Amino acid sequence: MFQGWVQIAVFIAVVVALVKPVGIYMARLFTNQRVFLSPVVGPIERIAYKALRVRPDEGQDWKGYARSLIVFSFLFWVALYLILRTQGIHPFNPEGFKSGPWDLSFNTTSSFITNTNWQYYGGETTLSYFSQMAGLAVQNFVSAAVGIAVVVALIRGIAARSGRAIGNFWQDLVRILLYILVPISIVGALFLVSQGVIQNLSHATVVHTLTGASQTLGQGPVASQEAIKELGTNGGGFFNVNSAFPFENPSGLTNFFELLLILVIPAALTYTYGRMVGSQRQGWAIFSAMFALFVGGVVVAYIAEQHGTPAQHLAGLHTHAFDGSTGGNLTGKEQRFGIAESSLWTAVTTVTSCGAVNAALESLTGLGQAVPFANLGFSEVIFGGVGAGLYSMLLYVILAVFIGGLMVGRTPEYLGKKIGAREIKLVALGVLVTPLFTLLASGLASATRLGTRSLYGVNPQGFSETLYAYLSQANNNGSALAGYTGFIQPDAPGNAGAYGISFADLLGGAVMVGARFLPILFVLAVAGSLAGKKVSPAGLGTMRTDNPTFVFLLVGVVILVGALTFFPAILLGPIVQSLTTRLF
Amino acid sequence: MRKDLITSLLAVIVLTVFLGLVYPLAITGISQVLFPGKANGSKLSVNGRVVGSSLIGQPFSHPVLGKNGKPKFDDDEEEEEILAPDKGYFQPRPSATGYSGNVTYFGNAGPNSAEAREEVRENLASYVALEKPYDKGLSKDRVPVDAVTQSASGVDPHISEANALVQAHRIAAVRRLSLSQVEDLISASTDGRSLGLFGEPGVNVLELNIALDKEAPLK
Repeated sequence: MFQGWVQIAVFIAVVVALVKPVGIYMARLFTNQRVFLSPVVGPIERIAYKALRVRPDEGQDWKGYARSLIVFSFLFWVALYLILRTQGIHPFNPEGFKSGPWDLSFNTTSSFITNTNWQYYGGETTLSYFSQMAGLAVQNFVSAAVGIAVVVALIRGIAARSGRAIGNFWQDLVRILLYILVPISIVGALFLVSQGVIQNLSHATVVHTLTGASQTLGQGPVASQEAIKELGTNGGGFFNVNSAFPFENPSGLTNFFELLLILVIPAALTYTYGRMVGSQRQGWAIFSAMFALFVGGVVVAYIAEQHGTPAQHLAGLHTHAFDGSTGGNLTGKEQRFGIAESSLWTAVTTVTSCGAVNAALESLTGLGQAVPFANLGFSEVIFGGVGAGLYSMLLYVILAVFIGGLMVGRTPEYLGKKIGAREIKLVALGVLVTPLFTLLASGLASATRLGTRSLYGVNPQGFSETLYAYLSQANNNGSALAGYTGFIQPDAPGNAGAYGISFADLLGGAVMVGARFLPILFVLAVAGSLAGKKVSPAGLGTMRTDNPTFVFLLVGVVILVGALTFFPAILLGPIVQSLTTRLF
Repeated sequence: MRKDLITSLLAVIVLTVFLGLVYPLAITGISQVLFPGKANGSKLSVNGRVVGSSLIGQPFSHPVLGKNGKPKFDDDEEEEEILAPDKGYFQPRPSATGYSGNVTYFGNAGPNSAEAREEVRENLASYVALEKPYDKGLSKDRVPVDAVTQSASGVDPHISEANALVQAHRIAAVRRLSLSQVEDLISASTDGRSLGLFGEPGVNVLELNIALDKEAPLK
């Protein structure tokens, strides 16, 4: 296990080292300062504003910002839905796939517009290369940019000294794409190809194996999608088994690189935050809270997975490690990643809302499964999705300030701004809307017969599948206990004879849209509300929000809200399974 | 509102064209020039014939023939041929998908699933039955976990070094090679940790079997 801990430690060290340089870069970008890419990208940026007919320096208040964002996202929803419904006439469709069922398209469209990338469909068996490139991968960029734009707007609201403007949505969108997401994706995609990730437009290749059988190898433009899928914490795989498939993730090095792409922006945004509000310590305080929760999850997952499962032990398998064998629970894991890199991946992709998988979550040990459950139960605030993680965490920060204020009996203040009744109402709504969607949807699916058609597992595992499905969709994560399905495909590949399970598809789609855009509206409203507030100088009695005590309080509030909301439900699934050796 | 609609419409079109076509097609073009082998799937050829990909595992087995000389089928699962491992080749990890390279899915066996116990139990029994005649000292506690558990992708190209060393006894006997010759071939086909640090070492089964065929062809 020692070597595994070293791998994990090295990864964490590299992430921490990147926080400052990347954070500074983004802060300069969002405060209209030159960055090293300006000479190259600047002219393209100006053409983009002309093409979109926008005046980038025109500030918007929170309502204007929100309106642009919603109209833009809605139109893109329609466009993606149309793309998925017209596969029969697509170019770049060598397998000749027809469109899938409409209810599945509804789910998939909602999934990608909301940065969720929940996958009821199997990419390589149902989607044309055109749908993957011009449909899904575009949303990987755009939905990520929307998430980052919202947090930047919130930061401006918190930092503003006067006025009501919180930035210009179009300017933020264009800049995030041109200066951050596109350049890193280009470099990342080419690096991935150099390591073996495929990138072509060919028909699937049929080969004759050494023993004379035939095997069909899926092909496609994978690397270009893989890079942004990780960088934008999207997670929707080109292939159904996602980053476990060697054409998406061929080696330990690509695994490390993809993990870095996932975590770098969410982690660095905390530094950007500190810089933009004028106190680096504020950024590090939030980083520390996220970091503590993240490391806790990694440690639990790795130890749990190294132990093996009751099913394996009862079958007579010895799961100890010895020379030349990783030992542990290798069911649903790849040899080249082993236990450590699979556990690390599981933690990283569930603290961020990435949801890509390199191992089958459903085959994790009971305790191992509890880690993704907990990470999602804490509402994706541990680094979280690009932008979304930090804006959700900032809601918790304000909540912690409020609770702290109540404890010491003073009017709560954050960075010199008084937190009033209006802000606290908005924050409470923003914090509670996601868990509410999760619990209502899982309750509906469990209590009616409509949800049982989607199940693969039985008893506690079946309940885990259901709860995780709606937890993941509500938190816009997209990872799954993949037994749960909303799509039946009897004659794979192709969509012939395939049909969707409407209940799961429509409920899931609605949950994703609601739990993405309602919190965004609450966040922007908080931003608008704070923007106009006067800053009062810090006095002796002001509660500090940049010291270990506050970090401790913040972690406590996150755990408290998550545990109160989800503990009873999580007891029924993963915890039962980790406490018993009974089989079901 | 009207202004937002117009800008959004323009943005949808511009972004779809640039991010959805120009970006992936440019990456495809550059990749095909700079890394044509890797971009097209790291294919492996024997005597000019493509036999697979070094990144995608494949089965080394044959259909079991019934008395009528036709392949036998599994009673439980329709149209599923019963396959027996080819004793002359190193065997890959168990797969939920029959080593499909274009229809992928997880096995999804839960940690406390009775089905998973049965599957591991059967895999363990057949592994010991296959290898024990050649490796007398083999006992259940020496069976490496990768040998009897399904991989995630269904096409895991690697097995663990310990697994390969167990199978080496069988290969040496069937191919009439010395154990040390086989072990040399194993180390030549072993992919270490990336940069000596990331991931786990694994023996690439297809590359190893191709090397075996070159060194000591089966009749």
